[in-house]
Amino acid sequence: MTTLIEAPPTDGEGLLPIKKKTSGGGLGRYILIRFFLIFPTILILVTMVFFLMRTTGDPITAALGGRLPPEQLQERITAAGYDRPIFVQYFEYLAQLITGNFGTTLSDNRPVSEMLATYGAATLELTINALLVALAVGIPLGLIAAHRRDKGPDAALRVFAILCYATPVFFSGLLFKLTFSVWLGWLPVAGRATPANELALTSLESPTGIYWLDAIRSGNTAALADVMAHAVLPALALGLLTAGIFLRLVRTNVIGTLGKDYVEAGRSRGVSEYRLVTKHAYKPALIPIITVMGLQIAVLLGGAVLTETTFEWKGLGFQLATYLTARDFVAVQGIVVLLAVIVAVTNFFVDIVAALIDPRVRY
Amino acid sequence: MSTTAVTEPVKDPRGPWFRRLPVISHFNKSVGLQRGMLVAGLVLTAVFLLTAIFAPLIAPFGFSQISDADGGFPAQEAPGGKHLMGTTVGGYDVFSRVVWGAQTAVLVIIVAVIMSIFIGVILGLVSGYIGGWLDRTLVVIADAIYAFPPLLVAIVMAIAISGGRSSLWGGILAAAISITVVFIPQYFRVIRAETIRLKAEPFVESAKVVGASNIRIMRLHVFKNATRTLPLIFTLNASEAILTLAGLGFLGFGIEPTSAAEWGFDLNKALADTTSGIWWTGVYPGLAIVLTVLGLTLVGESINDLNDPRLRGRKKAVSGKGGPDSTPGAQAALEAEVRSS
Repeated sequence: MTTLIEAPPTDGEGLLPIKKKTSGGGLGRYILIRFFLIFPTILILVTMVFFLMRTTGDPITAALGGRLPPEQLQERITAAGYDRPIFVQYFEYLAQLITGNFGTTLSDNRPVSEMLATYGAATLELTINALLVALAVGIPLGLIAAHRRDKGPDAALRVFAILCYATPVFFSGLLFKLTFSVWLGWLPVAGRATPANELALTSLESPTGIYWLDAIRSGNTAALADVMAHAVLPALALGLLTAGIFLRLVRTNVIGTLGKDYVEAGRSRGVSEYRLVTKHAYKPALIPIITVMGLQIAVLLGGAVLTETTFEWKGLGFQLATYLTARDFVAVQGIVVLLAVIVAVTNFFVDIVAALIDPRVRY
Repeated sequence: MSTTAVTEPVKDPRGPWFRRLPVISHFNKSVGLQRGMLVAGLVLTAVFLLTAIFAPLIAPFGFSQISDADGGFPAQEAPGGKHLMGTTVGGYDVFSRVVWGAQTAVLVIIVAVIMSIFIGVILGLVSGYIGGWLDRTLVVIADAIYAFPPLLVAIVMAIAISGGRSSLWGGILAAAISITVVFIPQYFRVIRAETIRLKAEPFVESAKVVGASNIRIMRLHVFKNATRTLPLIFTLNASEAILTLAGLGFLGFGIEPTSAAEWGFDLNKALADTTSGIWWTGVYPGLAIVLTVLGLTLVGESINDLNDPRLRGRKKAVSGKGGPDSTPGAQAALEAEVRSS
C-alpha cells in the first residue's frame, strides 16, 4: 500500500504460526518454508480473480454481447466450454495455468501468454527505470534531510515527500507532458520510441523487448538516444511516486543510526560530518530499504498501469486498460494473474535477501 | 488530587469531554511546526468537506450541463469570464465539475471507509479472539490481498460488481466496495493483533471467570480497547481512497460524466488535450486531487506524531532533538501492533 506509514511488516510472515514453531531453524529451512508459502498466496489470488470475474457472467457475452446474434453467441459459448459447471471450468483453468496456458484473448484472438511475453518487457523496462529514479532521488535527499534535521531543508523535503505521495502518477505525468513536451518541446509526448526506431528495434534478431538493451546490442546510437528521450518522463512520473517513500525511510533510519554510539565515537575522533552521514550512518540504514523495496514493487506495478496509459507506453498496464475498455476479461485475467505471480515471487526474494543480511529475521 | 477529592465534588482530571475528542485533543497537544502542519491539513480538509456539502450552491452549473439560457457552452474555452476554469472538449464547465467532484469523492470515502472499518473490525475481532484454523485461513487470505497492487484489486472488484459499467449510485457503490476490499486487510491486521494482545490481559481473564459470554467480552472488553488506532488509519485510508477512486476513474471505471463528476475521469479526458497545449481541463481536477490528499495526509501524519509521546514536540522545546519526526514512531507503533502476535 502506499500509505505514508511505511511498512507494517508486510510479508505477513510475522503473523503466521509457522514461525513460532521453527524458533532456531536455519536459513535453509526458512527459505524452504518461505518458498512453499508462495503457492497458497498465488492460489488464493487466482481463485479470487477467477470467481469474481465470473460473477458478471461468461467472458464471451461480456465482450461480444449485443454485437452477435444470440444463437451465434451461444454457439461460441458452447465451443469455449463456458456453459459447463463453474467448478469444472475452474479446475481446468488451474490445470492450464500450470502448463503456462493462459487462454486466448477475445478481442484480438491471440494467445494470452504471447501477449504477456511481448508487453511484459516494456513494463519491466519502465519499472526498472522508475526504481532507478526513485533511488537516485530518494536516497540523497533523505541523507540531506537527516543531516539538516528540523531545519529549513528538512521541512521542505518533508513536504516534498508528502506531495510525491499525494500526486497521482497520471497527474504528474500530465504536468510533465505539458511542461517538457508541449511548452518547452524538449522531450517526446508519448510512446516508447519513434515509429522508425521502434520498427528497427523490434525487427532485430531475438529482441529482448527492452529497447535500450536492444539499441545497445545493435550498436544503434541514434535509436538509443531516441529511446532514452522517450523513457525520461514516464520514469520520472512513476519514480517520484516512490521517491518520497524512500526519502522518508532513509531520513528516519539515518537519524536513528546517527544517534548510535559508534557514530558518536567517530565524531569524537574527528571524522567529518559529511563522512559520518555518507559512510558511517548510511550503510546500516540501507537494510530496511531493501525490505520496503519489495513492497514498492506492488506499488510500482499498480502505478505502471496508470503511467503506461498516460504515456501510451505499450506495456502490460497499457494493454490492461485497452482490454478493460474492450471488456476482454480473459486477457484482463491473464494480466492480473501474471502480476500476482510477479508480486509473490518478488516478495519471496526480498524476504530471502533480508534474511541473508539480518539473521534476526529468520527466527 | 486524590486527597481533595474527598471533600470537593470530583472533577474529571481529563477536562471537559469535547477537549478529549480526537482532533481537538491533538490540536491542544501540538506545538510549533507540528501545529502548523495539523492546521494546514485541517484547513484543506475543511475546504474539501465544505465544497462537497455546498456543491449545489458553489457550482455555477450542473456537472453535466452543456448549455444555459444563452445557448450552448463553447468547447475548450480558455479560463475566464463566464467559465472560471474554462470548458472541456465536451462543453462542460471545468469549475463546476471540480466542485461536484468533491461531492462524489466524499460519498465514496464515507461509504468505503465505513464499510471497511465495519467488516475489518468484526473479522479482526473474531479471528483474533477465536484463533485456530479460522484465524490462520483469514490471515493467509488477508496477506495475499494485502501484497497485491490495490488498484488491480479494485479493478477486479469493479468488474465483478458492475461489469465496469456504472450509473451514479451504482458507480459510487462499485467504487466504494472495490476500495473496501483493498482496505479490509489493513483493519483486519491491526485489530486482530490488538485483540490477541488484549486476550491475555487480566481484565479479560477476570471477565471470563465472572462468566461473561464471549460476545460480551469481545464487544465490551476487547473492542473498546482495540480501536484506539482507528482514527489514524481512517485519515490515511481516506486519502488513499481518493487516489484509488481517481485511478479507477482514470482507467474508465469511474462514473459516467452524465451521472456524476469524477476527477480521475476528467483527467483521463484531459490527456488528449495536452498535446494542443490545453492545460485547464487537466490541471484543475488534478490540483483538486493533490490538495485533498495533501490535507488528509497532513492531518493523519500529525495525529500519528502526536499520538506518540516520543515524537510529540514539547511545549518548551529544549534543543533540536525530539522534534517532529513521524516515521519511526509510525513504523514502531504499527510494527508493535502487528508483531505483538
